[in-house]
Amino acid sequence: MAAVLELLLREEVAASAVVRWLRQGSGPRAAEENHIHEKLVSLSLLQKDFVPFLLNFLREQTSQILTNGPSTPAKTPNSKAHGNQRTGSERRAGHATGSNNSRVQLFSERTSVTSCTTDTSFSPAAASSGSSSFSGSNLSSPCSDFPSMVSTSSPSFGYSPVLNHSEKRSSQKASLGSFLTPMPEAPPVRRGRRKGNSSVSASGRQVVRDLGRSLAEDEDGKSESTSWSAGRRKQSEVPLVSARSPPSQLNLNNLEEFPPMGAASGWTNKSKPSRRINPTPVSAERPLSKPKMCFTSTPVSQSPAARFPSGTSLEAFTAIQEGNLTSVVGSNLQEEREMLKKERCKLLHQASSPAGLSLDPGTPMKPSYARSASLPAESHLVTCADPAKVSCKKQLECLAQLYSSCIAENLVPNIFLELFFVLQLLTSKGTSAEDGESDLEVNEGSEDASRKQHFRNVHNCVYFAVQVLDYQYEIISHLEKGTLKLLAENERIASFSPTLHEKLRQAYESSTAKVSLLLPCSVQSVSFQPETDNRSNFPSDRAFHIFKKQRDIFYELLREWEDNHEKTGWDFERVLGNKIRAMMAHLSATCNHSHFARLFQKQLIQMCKGPIGGGTSWGDTPDQDVLNMLGSDNLSRLKRLQERFVVPQSIRGPCPSPSFTGCQQFFRDFILSAGSYQFNQHLVDSLCLKILELDGLTLIEHEHSDGEADMDEQDEKKRFTVVLLSLRLLAKFLGFLVFLPYRTVEQPTRDLLESAVALRNRTQPVLDVLKLLRQSVRDRHAILTIPWIVEFLSLVDHIAPFLDYYRKVFCLLLQIYRLMVLSEDKEMSFLNKLLILAVLGWLFQVPSVPEELFFTTDVRKEGLMMDTVTSTRALDSVPLVDQQLLYTCCPYLGELRKLLASFVAGSGAKNGGFVRKITPTAAESLAPKPSVTQRKLQAELEQAFFHNQPPSLRRTVEFVAERVGSNCVKHIKATLVAELVQRAEVMLQDKMKEEDANHDKLLEEVCAHLYEEGAQALVRGREFCKKKGPEAVRVLLPDETSAAVLNSAEEIAMELATEKACGWLSANIAALIKREVKATFNRMLKVPGLPLPSEDALELRRDCPPGCQHHAPFPSQIINEIKDVLCIAVGPRDEGEVIDYVWLECLLGRLSQTLRCRKFMCPTSEQQLAKCTVELASLLVSDRVPLRLGLKPPEKSSERLRVKNSPTYCLLKQLLSVWKEDFGMPVPLQLMFSRKNIAYVAEVKQREWDLFLFMLRGLVEYDLMGISEIESCLHSLKELPWPSDFLKELEMLSRVFISEHNLEEPRTNPCELARQSLGTVTAQS
Amino acid sequence: MKLSKAQYDEIAQFLGQVQPTRQSLRKLKQKFPSQSQSTLLSIFSQEYQKQVKRTHAKHHTAEAVETYYQRYLNGVMKNAAAPVLLELANEVNFAPSLMARIVLERFLQEQEQAIPSKTLINSMLRDPSQIPDGVLANQVYQCTVNDCCYGPLVDCIKHAIGHEHEVLLREMLLEKNLSFIAEDQLRAKGYDKTPDFILEVPVAVEGHIIHWIESKASFGDESSHQAYLQDQFWSYWNRQDTKDTKDCTRYKNGRYKNGIEDELYGGIQRRR
Repeated sequence: MAAVLELLLREEVAASAVVRWLRQGSGPRAAEENHIHEKLVSLSLLQKDFVPFLLNFLREQTSQILTNGPSTPAKTPNSKAHGNQRTGSERRAGHATGSNNSRVQLFSERTSVTSCTTDTSFSPAAASSGSSSFSGSNLSSPCSDFPSMVSTSSPSFGYSPVLNHSEKRSSQKASLGSFLTPMPEAPPVRRGRRKGNSSVSASGRQVVRDLGRSLAEDEDGKSESTSWSAGRRKQSEVPLVSARSPPSQLNLNNLEEFPPMGAASGWTNKSKPSRRINPTPVSAERPLSKPKMCFTSTPVSQSPAARFPSGTSLEAFTAIQEGNLTSVVGSNLQEEREMLKKERCKLLHQASSPAGLSLDPGTPMKPSYARSASLPAESHLVTCADPAKVSCKKQLECLAQLYSSCIAENLVPNIFLELFFVLQLLTSKGTSAEDGESDLEVNEGSEDASRKQHFRNVHNCVYFAVQVLDYQYEIISHLEKGTLKLLAENERIASFSPTLHEKLRQAYESSTAKVSLLLPCSVQSVSFQPETDNRSNFPSDRAFHIFKKQRDIFYELLREWEDNHEKTGWDFERVLGNKIRAMMAHLSATCNHSHFARLFQKQLIQMCKGPIGGGTSWGDTPDQDVLNMLGSDNLSRLKRLQERFVVPQSIRGPCPSPSFTGCQQFFRDFILSAGSYQFNQHLVDSLCLKILELDGLTLIEHEHSDGEADMDEQDEKKRFTVVLLSLRLLAKFLGFLVFLPYRTVEQPTRDLLESAVALRNRTQPVLDVLKLLRQSVRDRHAILTIPWIVEFLSLVDHIAPFLDYYRKVFCLLLQIYRLMVLSEDKEMSFLNKLLILAVLGWLFQVPSVPEELFFTTDVRKEGLMMDTVTSTRALDSVPLVDQQLLYTCCPYLGELRKLLASFVAGSGAKNGGFVRKITPTAAESLAPKPSVTQRKLQAELEQAFFHNQPPSLRRTVEFVAERVGSNCVKHIKATLVAELVQRAEVMLQDKMKEEDANHDKLLEEVCAHLYEEGAQALVRGREFCKKKGPEAVRVLLPDETSAAVLNSAEEIAMELATEKACGWLSANIAALIKREVKATFNRMLKVPGLPLPSEDALELRRDCPPGCQHHAPFPSQIINEIKDVLCIAVGPRDEGEVIDYVWLECLLGRLSQTLRCRKFMCPTSEQQLAKCTVELASLLVSDRVPLRLGLKPPEKSSERLRVKNSPTYCLLKQLLSVWKEDFGMPVPLQLMFSRKNIAYVAEVKQREWDLFLFMLRGLVEYDLMGISEIESCLHSLKELPWPSDFLKELEMLSRVFISEHNLEEPRTNPCELARQSLGTVTAQS
Repeated sequence: MKLSKAQYDEIAQFLGQVQPTRQSLRKLKQKFPSQSQSTLLSIFSQEYQKQVKRTHAKHHTAEAVETYYQRYLNGVMKNAAAPVLLELANEVNFAPSLMARIVLERFLQEQEQAIPSKTLINSMLRDPSQIPDGVLANQVYQCTVNDCCYGPLVDCIKHAIGHEHEVLLREMLLEKNLSFIAEDQLRAKGYDKTPDFILEVPVAVEGHIIHWIESKASFGDESSHQAYLQDQFWSYWNRQDTKDTKDCTRYKNGRYKNGIEDELYGGIQRRR
């Protein structure tokens, strides 16, 4: 591992070579280029471990600098030893037996590492990771290793803090009970992964290293990879600490009670960041204090909301506001100070101990570090990153390239996690003090390049980050606009890479990817639907009535929850539990479960499918009252304002645990409180059915996209969004229910795991997600299926991923992930891929998904058939995902923005940043504009109207509105736009004639002229909708509909249609006109001879003569026959092969007929006919056509007679007449004078000049060519290199021809004359 | 015209190794007097094209080109009037037009010291008068005129046939009162690949639903039919929002389908 990096950093191997090497090993597209650097060949066994090692290396190197935001470890397998089935439980098993046991393992070092029980949790950070594990609404059960740890903490490395830590953890870990009765005040937070174990393994390794130095095998990568898992577990969010357990108190106590044994060595170990990702002792991971405030330079004087640590949800927020805050904060600050004191003292102590530093590649802990960490005030001094101060550029570039390639090749488990990390680097805040001091010497001496500190200062970090960002530009440019803005304005990027800065700026300016929260659907009950809800659906009256009652109870519960759940002290189980269970009992009594499950599911979809219901961290639900007051128009503004106040402070990292938010909590809690097996079963059935239905539905509904489908496309996107979000919601609840029985608080031990796996391997999965997944890949609608499968799987229990079935599912997902390299291609649009990658990346980080998965699974196992042959426009290839949907599905992507925003907030003041001060002004009047309220009221009225009507009415109205709106647009396109385009065509033609102007400019001008008229579209559109909408509604609704209802329905349909159509038109009409005009213009340009269409085209499109029966031979036939004649004339001929004169005469006659009937004629045919006939004439003139005259033998005797009667003259005459009369296009007669054709004449032994002369005269006579034209043709012929005698004859011929015409002699003797003169010439020669 | 698979195979077999010349065609006509000239020509052309596709590469190696060119030069040196190029083509079993192209290209290359543009060569082949060398012009013209499978003349004939049959088809559709959208309309709507006609209202013929009709002026043998579908129509087929779309490609010269002939619109073949 390290060896590879070593080679890279010493510049012995290029980054690209390493990438190739990696690709060969792990990429699915292996064998493309197999040129592997020789130095890497020997290391080929290490490929698999390299990526985790690299990631770890980067984290470790930067650990000291990174104080902003949560740590961002990715999940990597704990060690190679785990590759074969070693799991967390095993590790724990290892604990139990102690490290001795582990020694005998094959991979002793690693095992020992993982089984060690020492804990760095000394650091408050670690403690916090533990505490974070408990949180009410967190789904994944936190699993503390506490018991085993206690039992095994051996004195040798049994730091007291370990005990303390685990104790604390155990005290607050969520038990099954807590899971079942979630604490409403506890917010959903990211809990620490595998708690104690994490820190244990990390520091344990150090200890082992110290102890087992003699084993001398901990040199490099093997052990390195372990630290990954360690770090990763620490990735917990800053947890919210509820008032009921103040864990840090314990912590503090323990610190005092258990002073570290062998402090020197212990702290030495500690001093290196212990290969954990976040060594910051007093960092963001603090449970109670506001850790961020120590590190980000956020002024302490912010609103409580703003200061609240990440991981806060609204309830928590409220809870704190409600009074917990002060006490918590107060006591914790106190504690924190205490701890800091200790920390510092220890650090000082440690600094003086020499051993650790030399042994370990890790960053030495410096006093300054502690200082910077501890003093909020100081952190204000953000170091100004300076490109000039970057050291070891070359290595950083190599690393950046390698790292970027890993990201680009999907070799990292989560792309966005890496991006987050990079942004953390970008926004890292070193203290200015750091600049000056150089601890470089410590590492400088080391010959080990990979151990050198490359990221020791902010400048290097930023340099590296900017490099990576540059490589990842394409992904970044697809992020939402706000993020782009922050990046574009980032001063560090600007100073480190002006080109990237410029690119980002342009991307920001051209971006349309504004992401805003949609208006949450107002909570409404599911209306009564006769098909399913009326009496006939129930076995008895009693059941029917009981169900009615249950319905009422359910809504009562819901209302109560809505009103009260945010209040402090309100406990779901306590208040509602019994009511729910009573209701369930009734259900069981009457077997109404299926009805209720359906209602439950419908209500769930209705309430939660909106992005807010499903969202997690992208923002909290705005107060409904505020919304009512402001109206939806101002919502986004409000949202942005709110974000600016709140968001930067709550950075939780890009990988939150799955959690239920908003209304979803009600449904989850309801299920838990009800605890009804029957109900759950029915609900599962119902969810499965609905999921299957939705998963298939969109495919059928997916429409073609012909030229005029812009609007349909929009609708399609919307429909897709709705279906996708619904699917995700349903799948989440399905996953919750399916895995609920198996949920454990802790990781099962190995034995337990094995037996559980053996047991559960026998059961059938409720929903065959594997099949669906495969299908989706095959049918290319993965973009719909994968997101919901991810939701489903995010709720797996700890054992499920080890089951054969789910293992396959994960393998397949992993394979898809690897294959889905980001690029814009036909198969799948960029954002579609990005969404899939984002959700998959998130899934791989979900706590219950085993970390071994990503790096150890052999991707090539399962054959993935990407069926590329289908040319179907499958869902995957349609750009259905936009940033809005991406961020709705993956709210954690917003973390990137928050991180950047927090940097601005922190650095702005000092660096003259970009924060626009928000100056609150009193609202002009709290009452919003009347129109807004009115509109809102109108909308509510409409809702109410529909609610009381049968659902078919609503469907009808919506359908009519949709169709009429769409038709309206089509109508406008066909009428108004078409008219405008026609006018544009005329205008363009005029202008084109004028000058050869710049086409683009011309187009622009003409379009600008038309835009004004385009405004008419709205007027016409409105008229159209007004006319058509009501008509359609009237026809479609039952005759019995009351007049008032009908009227309202008509009005609503019309309004909706108008809104839809005019909305689209006003946004797109200009673009549409431009597009159409441009297309027309391009067509105009393509057609050659454009300016002449009036004359030429008309001439060509001549009609057949009156009464034409279209019985003439086909042009193709004639061409074919003439071709045959030419063939024979040109030769080679068979013996005695001749052309029948009569037949040829007849052919020319048919030619004439064909040319006259225009029906089957096309320009190419006619052109070819013209050309062929000229060739034929040339061949005739040069007497090359072997004619058989049938009855009349050629009369060679009398020359005069021959001139008059020779069949050739007849044929030539016929041709002349055809050219003159029948062709609709100019005949290329000048071909006759081409060198080739004249050469035919020249080749003839006895030259037949009279035929040629006859032809010339004929041309003039038939007015086919002018005399001067012929003259010039003849003249140019003389230029060519002919035999001298021929030249003379030619000279003579032209003289004769010219004199003939100049003298205007009678036509009787010129022929004679010519013959005479020619004769003399021949004689002379 | 109907043509059974067996008949087709017989013709194809006969065409095994003949030159694409008038003489061959005449022999073909004598052998299969019951088939129309255009059918035979069409099959001939297609079969020959297959053959050329197989051997194309070997005639274009640098050595081959050089040999041909030298042989041509020697030939015309001896007798400029003899059909040097045509005989050369026949001798090496290559289409005369293509041979003419090779030699012309080589000739121009020598003259201009640069690789001539495709457009220039095409234009010279279309009108050999433009060729600066008189002898070569004659030779080339002889080749293109005599070639009954390749060359500008043949191309033009094919194009003409295509056009004519489209007109015929349109006529028939109008006669049968079938509403359709024609190719130019489709193109105006922005379709990239278009069949000749899309029926606005599909019709059923012999139990099959016909959605679109494509008139092909060539003989519809199995492989070319497949290729057409691949290149042109599957994409279209998929854009039709119907699951049971059937296509109908109409071949001028008849096509077989496992020896069973389907007739559509007065003797013109259809598929499926």
